[in-house]
Amino acid sequence: MADEPLVLGIETSCDETGVGVVRGTTLLADAIASSVDEHARFGGVVPEVASRAHLEAMVPTIDRALKEAGVSARDLDGIAVTAGPGLAGALLVGVSAAKAYAYALGKPLYGVNHLASHICVDQLEHGALPEPTMALLVSGGHSSLLLSTDITSDVRPMGATIDDAAGEAFDKIARVLNLGFPGGPVIDRYAKEGDPSAIAFPRGLTGPRDPAYDFSFSGLKTAVARWIEAKRAAGEEVPVRDVAASFQEAVVDVLTRKAVRACKDEGVDHLMIGGGVAANSRLRVLAQERCEAAGIRLRVPRPKLCTDNGAMVAALGAEMVARGRSASDWDLSADSSLPVTDTHVPGREHSHDHVHEVSKDNLYS
Amino acid sequence: MLLLALDTATPAVTVALHDGTDVIASSSQVDARRHGELLLPAVDRVLAEAGLKLDAVTAVVVGTGPGPYTGLRVGLMTADTFGLALGVPVHGLCTLDGLAYAADIEKVPFVVATDARRKEVYWATYADSRTRLTGPAVDRPADIAEQVAGLPAVGAGALLYPDTFPVAREPEHVSAAALAALAAERLAAGEELPEPRPLYLRRPDAQVPKNYKVVTPK
Ligand SMILES: [Zn+2]
Repeated sequence: MADEPLVLGIETSCDETGVGVVRGTTLLADAIASSVDEHARFGGVVPEVASRAHLEAMVPTIDRALKEAGVSARDLDGIAVTAGPGLAGALLVGVSAAKAYAYALGKPLYGVNHLASHICVDQLEHGALPEPTMALLVSGGHSSLLLSTDITSDVRPMGATIDDAAGEAFDKIARVLNLGFPGGPVIDRYAKEGDPSAIAFPRGLTGPRDPAYDFSFSGLKTAVARWIEAKRAAGEEVPVRDVAASFQEAVVDVLTRKAVRACKDEGVDHLMIGGGVAANSRLRVLAQERCEAAGIRLRVPRPKLCTDNGAMVAALGAEMVARGRSASDWDLSADSSLPVTDTHVPGREHSHDHVHEVSKDNLYS
Repeated sequence: MLLLALDTATPAVTVALHDGTDVIASSSQVDARRHGELLLPAVDRVLAEAGLKLDAVTAVVVGTGPGPYTGLRVGLMTADTFGLALGVPVHGLCTLDGLAYAADIEKVPFVVATDARRKEVYWATYADSRTRLTGPAVDRPADIAEQVAGLPAVGAGALLYPDTFPVAREPEHVSAAALAALAAERLAAGEELPEPRPLYLRRPDAQVPKNYKVVTPK
């Protein structure tokens, strides 16, 4: 529908420079420039390297997204940007670009929450989000279980990791196994040829007195590393495929078990899974099995929309416009620890603020 | 001609408009931690003061540092994006050149030094307010004491280290007004200005973990 909001979204919370364009719940463009190769030799994302890359990549990526979408900047109804959480310096590059772009074009600016964007992106794949929706977000930066009744205003944390993010555990185990960075895809690949029940690795925080929806992957990580070191110390060969499969099984078993339990406890019949780890093939299969058994409908976007991207930010921005949420002020700042409950950063005057009114006709009046 | 100048490479968040003859509006705020918040409202204010809108701008000039990276990138990213949205050229100028231009110094050569944190300074030497002799570079003040001995110096880096720079004076921070005036002068003389690329001078901090090598083919 042509009257649905046309929004450009900018994402720079980690190592991907993402610019997406959506119209309502329709994906028009998803342009990405990644600095992941520059981080590989460090075994993790180096914040300064990421920030430098964002500055270089931003303008060409905006250009590419607009071309791909076949729209003109002057037709946009708003500019959305990840205001947090994420790496402070990296976020600031995206926020600076979004503010300058919105101001120059005379468009409203929406600073939005990265985690809520990960959930909202599913609208581009499977249509409007059911309300409520349970969401399991798993990546190198986050592992959270969230319940949302309205993605523009109400996201409640059910549980989160108390130590490492799930994706971080994949990176660390890949490093111990000398498999390179990032760890997720390569562990997934080796695990396909291994036996997931070969080694009984611990399931963190699954005891009867443990918090029902929180996660812990640090103990698992240590257990796997010790097991590998013991093999090496004994001069035995490390069965990489079995280790990968057994480790991966321990992670996805806990993730899916807790997510399904949260759905049941809250009477929610939809589960969405997002974040980079949602690309894991075993997580997808096991989640599907367990959701089916529990009568829950599973929604997982395609892998490219699960990892960080600009389309997810645009998707949430479009929803903000559609629901009449107030725009952000020109002094919007990046907030590396923006709480998940802050779905966006509205301007101080909750109605349409006057700076936007004044500047609306900046360019194409 | 309407030139919009920005600089966020020092603790100052500074914006100015230049019409080819004079600076017609400017704003400078010193707050090393809030470049991201302060810059856009400052642009809005300066335009309002001049009674103009952003689409009247015909070129953007931005300080390329050297300066603390996080703040530096705010100005560069803003300038780049204005250039994209407005379809106007974006020029860079070394931030230290802007300070040199604003320095009212009769004894030459002289030094410009800004605070590079970590007990270092960003510095350059000038034959006069328009001509850079050496630099920019980043060093510990004690390590360059011999090279700058006896030279007058301006900038926060000089004021911060009196042992190395005993004859330090104002200005402390760069002003976009000076940057704009210098850019206007150079453009009028038909000079080509540098690209708006950051002068980082240091490699990014990053530790390569030990015992780690990539063995998986891409
Ligand atoms: Zn993410």
